[in-house]
Parts: sequence; structure tokens; C-alpha cells
Amino acid sequence: MRTIRYRDALREAIREEMTRDTSVFIMGEDIEDPFGGSYKVTKGLSTEFGKERVRNTPISELAIAGAALGAAITGMRPIAEIMYLDFTTLSIDQIVNQAAKIRYMSGGQVQVPLVIRTQEGSGNSSGAQHGQCLEAWYAHIPGLKVVMPATPADAKGLLKASIREDNPVVFIENKMLYNIKGEVSDKDEVLGIGKANIIREGQDVTIVSYSRMVHESIKAADSLLEEGISAEIIDLRTIAPLDIDTILRSVAKTHRLVIAHEAVVNGGIGGEVAARVIKEGFDELDAPIERVGSKASPLPFSPLLEKEIVCDFNDIVTAVQSIIPNAKEVTI
Amino acid sequence: MNEQICFYRQMLRIRQFEQKAISLFEKGELPGFLHSCIGQEAVAVGVCSALEKKDYLFTTHRGHGHVLAKGMDMKRMVSELYAKSTGSNRGKGGSMHIMDVSVGVLGANGVVGAGIPMASGTALSSKMKKDGRVTVAFFGDGASNTGAFHEGINLAAVWGLPTIFLCENNKFSESTSVKNHQRVERISERAKAFGIPGIHVDGMDVEAVAKAAANSVVRARNGEGPTLIEADTYRFLGHYLGDQVEYRNEDEHAEWVLKDPIVQIEKHLEQAGLLNEELKKNLIQEIDAEIDNAVDYAVNSADPHPNEAMDHIFV
Repeated sequence: MRTIRYRDALREAIREEMTRDTSVFIMGEDIEDPFGGSYKVTKGLSTEFGKERVRNTPISELAIAGAALGAAITGMRPIAEIMYLDFTTLSIDQIVNQAAKIRYMSGGQVQVPLVIRTQEGSGNSSGAQHGQCLEAWYAHIPGLKVVMPATPADAKGLLKASIREDNPVVFIENKMLYNIKGEVSDKDEVLGIGKANIIREGQDVTIVSYSRMVHESIKAADSLLEEGISAEIIDLRTIAPLDIDTILRSVAKTHRLVIAHEAVVNGGIGGEVAARVIKEGFDELDAPIERVGSKASPLPFSPLLEKEIVCDFNDIVTAVQSIIPNAKEVTI
Repeated sequence: MNEQICFYRQMLRIRQFEQKAISLFEKGELPGFLHSCIGQEAVAVGVCSALEKKDYLFTTHRGHGHVLAKGMDMKRMVSELYAKSTGSNRGKGGSMHIMDVSVGVLGANGVVGAGIPMASGTALSSKMKKDGRVTVAFFGDGASNTGAFHEGINLAAVWGLPTIFLCENNKFSESTSVKNHQRVERISERAKAFGIPGIHVDGMDVEAVAKAAANSVVRARNGEGPTLIEADTYRFLGHYLGDQVEYRNEDEHAEWVLKDPIVQIEKHLEQAGLLNEELKKNLIQEIDAEIDNAVDYAVNSADPHPNEAMDHIFV
């Protein structure tokens, strides 16, 4: 085990997979050295592998996604970096109408080993066009898998899995996580796409989260513990497919559920999780399900206003308290 | 067989096929939409004469001619139009998404221009793997105003990819005349903006198309990068079957019908003593037999099993 940053874990995954398999390559805007990508994930890779396999592109998000798809259906395993998830709105025809459907429309004639790597999230005054959390859009599309790692170990293990996956994966990083550190295995660890992780066990409430909000959930759980509330935290890791079984098992134990994501509440993944639990685990619920998310507003530039819109651990604490009456009386 | 007779036969085959498809569609036998390529046969046949089986091809909603000329099996094609389990796409694509990987047909597309960036991607694959393949992306004049056209061709130009971007200027983007959707006289002029060769060719002259395509294919295989070819042609029928074409200028239409590529080559072959009524009759009989055989095969094929509806979403 080593302790490395999320950014470095991603780079290790790309490097190891490019070394292991010559059909793996990466293309995107400004990813070559010396710049090495807007968030420096690809730093060093063009020097190591050459500019044939680490390709700078014009600012052409539609063509990046489309060309990566063309390469994917003809024997390559491309990773297309789209600098911001907001910019995938420019690629969306190729992702939604083409990549997600070409295998199906062709009656299974092709495989689509394509990874769209991108990042989302607020927290640095990036404003309304550089921080949106649009993952639910992609999770809504049959034919796409959507992966959202919260830790360096998951970032590495899930990116390796996504590169080896024969289906299109939208791999969404979070810009505020690039510098976080965590333990990462020295071994060639490839995680399973579609498997949630119980990162803390608890008795009184289940908090389901993913990506950056996992870390806010941990803070919330620490704070709740001081009040005597024991929260179980599930990191979904993949939002499509959804690991509903892990969630249902946890709810059967805690009987209460809070879902927390940075994306706005309405139309978010929280609604899907809630609907599934109501349908498949209704009898286990002792309280209404609470959803925590950002307010339904574009992201403001002002740090103060941004804080007003984006949810954090305080919102999770409040949500938990609201469904545990007499919270102080609950014992661990 | 003489090359010109081959061209003629292939164009005739596409024309007869389209006429049959229209009659089947009008009888209500084929679900979905149908976009006829009648009038544009010389482009399909000319371009595909320059390709090998291994080469890749992307086509459009108006793609029957392209895929037939590329060598797609007619039985599997008709079965797909009938949405049968024996169709190339197992009944999941239809005319607008027809695909046959075995002959390099990587798909028609329901989104105008969408095949262009994908073609840059398959050509990138070929360049990286050094497999010697070229990719042709067919599209229309309407597609030349999409972002996909500009982004996709620019990318291929920057990377020197083995691609032929083949614009069939059939004078209409759906119902809007080319005169009203762009200011440049010729779409091939747009090649200058990408720093690649742009060639304008008479799309009603199969030999001219074949020659232009062959030169571009040589360039692409030699690693000299992409070419934009504009083939000047005309859509004889409406955008889709059922289109009343109220927007059409009948004088313009009549002028283009006189340039019918099949009539032109027939005259040429007759003058050269290579074609007479008997040979023509035999060719049509042979082609119609192939088409009827394919239709019989499709009609007698099984529908997809309902259980297959959820297959092929993921590997």
C-alpha cells in the first residue's frame, strides 16, 4: 500500500493500462506535455508513450467523442478526455445517440470499449459553466455506464476496470478531489463496475452517496456520532448500473435512508434510489426518505453565493436529524 | 465484364432495388421511414469502385445505394428493412441504421452529419494499427452546415487521417434548397478551410466519380491525408416516401432528370456498341430475380423473438 493523490491514482491507471495493452490510447484537449491536461492527470504520459498514443486535439468536443467512438468500434480502446462535464453537452450526440446505441442498433455487431473521462463539481468559483453535476443525464441513457469514484483507490481500480470494459463508460471525476490522498494497492487491482462500497457500518440511518459528497457524508457521520447517531455510509461508486441490493440490505438494517449528492435534488440520482427503495424495501422503512442535494440554481461565481447553493455535511446532518425523532435518545 | 458495364449493372441494381423498396413501402410492408436515393446511383457506384472490402464506410439515412455498392448481402439488407430476425441488424436498426461490419459498412445514421467524426475515428484506428484501410464518410449538402462536419474533417486534416469525405450535393437539405442554406457556391471550397484538397465532380457521371474517388483513395493509403469530394447530383424524389415536394422547382427538376446517370451511361454504352436491348433486358431480369429472391427470403424469415428486445444493450 502507498498513499497517493486521486490525480496520481488516475494517471497510474492510464499508464498501467497503456503499458499492458497497446490498443489503449488517450485523446483530448491540452493533455500533452508540457501542459499535461487542465487538471494534470495526463502529465508525463505523452513524454512516456509518445504523441501517437497521447493526442492533443483541437477544441472539438463533438469530434473528440465521435472519433473516439469510431476508434472503439474498430479495435482500439480509446480514452477521450473532455475537460469539463459541462462541455460534454457539445459531445452529447456522439455519446447519447451514437455510442450508447450503436451496439444495440446494429444487433450486436460491434463492441464499444470507450471511456469518456471528464470531471465535475463546484467549490472553486468555477461558475455556472464549469462545475455542473450532470451525471443523472447519462445514467438515464440505456447503453451507458456511469462511474464516479470518491477515493484514490477507487479512482485507480475503477478507471482500470472502465478501460477494460467493452461498453461505453462515462467516467466522472471531481475537481475538488484531485488533491486528496488515500491508500492505493501496489497490486494490479481492478474493481467491479456496478458495485457499491459500505465505507462505514452503522445502525440508525443509511447515507447513500458518491463522489465528493462521500467525504461530506463522513464528516456528517462523525458529527452525528457525537449526538449518539450511528450512520452507515454507502459509496455507490457507480450510478449506472445502480447497486440496489447493497442499499436495500443496509436499509433493512437501519430502516432510515438519506441520499446525498452534489447535483441538484430535482431529477437527480437520489430520486431514483428513493423510488427503488420505496418499491422494493417499503416495509423496512421507518421514516420518510430524505434527499440532500444542491439548490435548483445555476452555480454562482461568488464563493459566498456558491456556498449558499451547494450542499455540504451540515445539510446531511439536518436531513438525518429530521428523520430521527428525539435524536439524542438513540443509542449506539 | 467490361468496367463500364459493371458500373451500369451496379447502378441499375440500385435503381431497381429502390423502386422495389418504394413499392413495398407503399403497400405498407416496411415499417418506419424510407429515403430513396434514386438519381444518386452514380456517386455510390463510382466511390465504392475505388474501395476494397476491408475499407470502412459510413452512410446516411439515404444509404441503400452506398451499402449495396459496398457489397452488402441483399437478403440480409431486405430482411432488415422488413425488421426480421435475419436482418443484418436483427431488426433493431432498419433502413436508417443499416450496418454490415462484414463488408465494412459501419452504419447509416439517423442524425445528419454524425458519421463524419466517427469516420475520422475509424481512420485514426487504421493509422495507428497501420492496417492500410481507408474510410469513406458519405453525407449530404445539409450535413456540411453541421458542427460535426467542421469538427470531424478538421480533426482528420490535423492528424492526416486516411479518410474520404464524400458530400453528395443533391440540392436539398430535407426541403430547403442548397441556395438557401449556404453562401459558398461549391461545398468542395470548404476544404480550403481545413487545408486539404477539395474536389468537385459531376455526380451524374459514374466514371468521373470513380476517378476522383480512386485518386483520393491513393492519397489516403499513401498517408497523405483526407480529401473532401463534392459530387454534384440530384435527389429525384422527395426527402422521404410520402413527401409531396411542394418546395421543388419543377424546371430545375426537369433539367436534372435529363442528366439521369443511368440514362447517360446507357447512351454511352449503346454508342460504343457495348449495350443493346437484349443485354439490357437480361441484366434487368437478372437483377430483378436477385431482388425478388431477397424479398422472398425476408418475407419468409422469422420475426425477432420478443425476448431479444433487451439483448445487445451491453456486451
